[in-house]
Amino acid sequence: MLKLDALTKDFATRAVDQVSLEFAPGQVHALLGANGAGKSTLCKMIAGLILPSQGSMLLEGNKYSPNSKRQAQRAGVQIVQQELNVLATLTLAENLFLSNLPNRWGILSRRTMHRRACEILSDFGLGDLDPHATASNLGVGQQQLLEIAANTWQPTQVLILDEPTAALSTRESQRLFEKIHFWKHQGVAILYISHRLAEVQALADRISILRDGKLQGTWSRGELHECDIVAKMTNPSKSIAPKSSTLPESPAKSSRQALRVEQLWLSPKVQNVSFSLRAGEILGVAGLVGSGRTELLRAIFGADRASGGSLQVADKPACKPFRNPNEAVRAGLVMISEDRKADGLLLTESIAANIQLPMLDRSGLGRFALAQGGRARRLAETYCRDLAIRCDSTDQSVGTLSGGNQQKVVLAKWLERDGTVFLMDEPTRGIDVAARELVYEVIRNLAKAGKGILVVSSDLEELIGLCDSIGVMSNGRWTASFSGPNYEPQAILEAMFAGYSAP
Amino acid sequence: MKDNAVSSNRAIQQTLATYGGLIAAILVLLGFFGVFAKNFLTTTTLLTMANSIPDITVVAVGMTLVLIAGGIDLSVGSVLALSACCLGWLMVDLKLPLWLASLGAIALGACCGGLNGWISSAFRIPAFIVTLGMLEIARGSAYWITDSNTKYVGSSLGWFSDPIAPLGVSASFLIAAAVVLAGQWLLHQTVLGRTAVAIGTNAESVRMAGIRTTAPMVTLYAICGGLCGLAGMMQSSRLSTVDPNSGVGMELSAIAACVIGGTSLRGGQGSVVRTFFGVLVISILQTGLAQLGATDPIKRIVTGGVIILSVLLDSLRKQSAIR
Repeated sequence: MLKLDALTKDFATRAVDQVSLEFAPGQVHALLGANGAGKSTLCKMIAGLILPSQGSMLLEGNKYSPNSKRQAQRAGVQIVQQELNVLATLTLAENLFLSNLPNRWGILSRRTMHRRACEILSDFGLGDLDPHATASNLGVGQQQLLEIAANTWQPTQVLILDEPTAALSTRESQRLFEKIHFWKHQGVAILYISHRLAEVQALADRISILRDGKLQGTWSRGELHECDIVAKMTNPSKSIAPKSSTLPESPAKSSRQALRVEQLWLSPKVQNVSFSLRAGEILGVAGLVGSGRTELLRAIFGADRASGGSLQVADKPACKPFRNPNEAVRAGLVMISEDRKADGLLLTESIAANIQLPMLDRSGLGRFALAQGGRARRLAETYCRDLAIRCDSTDQSVGTLSGGNQQKVVLAKWLERDGTVFLMDEPTRGIDVAARELVYEVIRNLAKAGKGILVVSSDLEELIGLCDSIGVMSNGRWTASFSGPNYEPQAILEAMFAGYSAP
Repeated sequence: MKDNAVSSNRAIQQTLATYGGLIAAILVLLGFFGVFAKNFLTTTTLLTMANSIPDITVVAVGMTLVLIAGGIDLSVGSVLALSACCLGWLMVDLKLPLWLASLGAIALGACCGGLNGWISSAFRIPAFIVTLGMLEIARGSAYWITDSNTKYVGSSLGWFSDPIAPLGVSASFLIAAAVVLAGQWLLHQTVLGRTAVAIGTNAESVRMAGIRTTAPMVTLYAICGGLCGLAGMMQSSRLSTVDPNSGVGMELSAIAACVIGGTSLRGGQGSVVRTFFGVLVISILQTGLAQLGATDPIKRIVTGGVIILSVLLDSLRKQSAIR
């Protein structure tokens, strides 16, 4: 149906190198590769968001060269990007139909819109939401589903899904997979990008792997094992060095306390949460999307003001919850947020500038920024090497990096700032296997150095592999705690659902 | 039945949440001046006030639409003057009939606005700069076509601002009220209005949704310009003259009215009806202070304070709503 012929895109470096591929109707074609391998760039060319430097495309035998998303949509090619584009000031229905609002002579047909929105929303398991409500209160998972819905209600021939499940809970993902099967039967060619290999193995009819912009090959379902896939994604000549660590090996669990949270409230998402975190401990927070995990971290960090409770950092006296992040940072807390683009990074600034950002109030770097520009750059270069940040130079603006490399810059920034407690919200969201291993390594090293680490993740296996203990948030409550290393996933899963069934 | 009661209850609550603060502010001001200024709460004063606000009202409506879409129009006062001068030229020098001359003036305003919208949107130049340029261009053109002279246009426009006998308010006021309602309707019930809100919230997301942003922006700015033309007519009819100096500083009064009404200068949020309440607040304040014998400097100082205070209260209210 869609045929790519030697498609190439050059930015500063060659991002996509002579990729020729064919996508058949009614098939799920997975596109895999480490971050920066060129998957997103390839998809953007197909969807008309950027123009190829060389090469051509054929759609059902006709020449296809869209120069805007609008043209691609007209030809029946839709893309759901990794970034969320939901507009908070509009209603759910308006978000759904934004590109084609039902109207007569420019006047909205609200009734038609409402009726169709109800159908579409319930189709995606969002039937309990009011289509007339504004989208400002949606969780990330709901936003992602809404966005998928908004891009698929029109007739589609080719559908590109870029990391659609990254923000979804297990149940929401299941709903999406049902829809994908439905679209397959409708004869839609689906281009599917995901870092969750189990998911890909279950869904994809064909798998193509990209590495450094080049196509490594295409395989049918079942031809590759997960370890084969990872092997083909990683470049054997380039070894990714873990952060060289000279830290003394201290016992992972000390009896010293890093953070104690008592009866924290942030209604309605955080209800009476208490737990304690020891120095050198990695504590995972599991829970369904929307269970209050992110809100818990934000309340601890003062990003949202908690309505009650107390906090105790290290051996300092217990105090009221922080009123703003500045207080939290001064008390020794560090937060790595879920949405790195919105809260974590200055996208137009350089890597060096981003890494030194949290230290502007320390060490005189800010006041003598010009004089110490060299020092900041050396610092950035050290981190680029240690964390294998793929970039041309430390002056490159962060917005031009791939997702995994952006996440590494966020890590570098807070590693340099240092603290006693690290709060991490989905630290591996949307990043590739190699970068993920590196993030784990960084987290373990922090723990060895005696930091307390609180990790929120939707990926239960990740938490089980990483954490010394796991707490479960469910419907705003801290419903259970488990200690490792031998976890029972079944029990944790049950705890994740527990808060929703109990009155 | 019960459902109906609940939903109407909710509708009332929503209306109160949206307009309650502004209405309360207006009542407080009316009460204050009613107590301290002897002749304030009289039919004559209130009607005079009503008949003096149509021009700023329609300009502020246009400004609200542009602000909501994330733009800004600094040229409204100049475009008003240019349209008015064009009206005078068409009526006096070319002796065109009133309706044709009015149409010409409004069309000229719409063209100026459309040009603002097209340049800023198609070439991605900040609207602040483009409309600042238009401010100078339109003002200069107004001086040019009138030789910098005020021109008498006669009484043929008078009916526009003369009070209608049984009502006491002028045709201008009724038109302005209609424009407010039409603006609110446009914002909520048309594709253009919803697109404006979307663009103002996040223009990049809208572009990513495959929507063209230039056409709606041109339309919105053209509406704003056309409304300036209408305001020019209203002003000329009140004074029986066209004046190339009219409308100086009007962009700031219009923005002030929008801001008092809770429109965000960052785009995405705002309401035309609330802007109208903003106009009322400013106008009551000005009239009341004048009756108390306040001098112009004092009036300006107090008005400035009220602008900041209203935004402060609005932002505190929003923060507490989040918590």
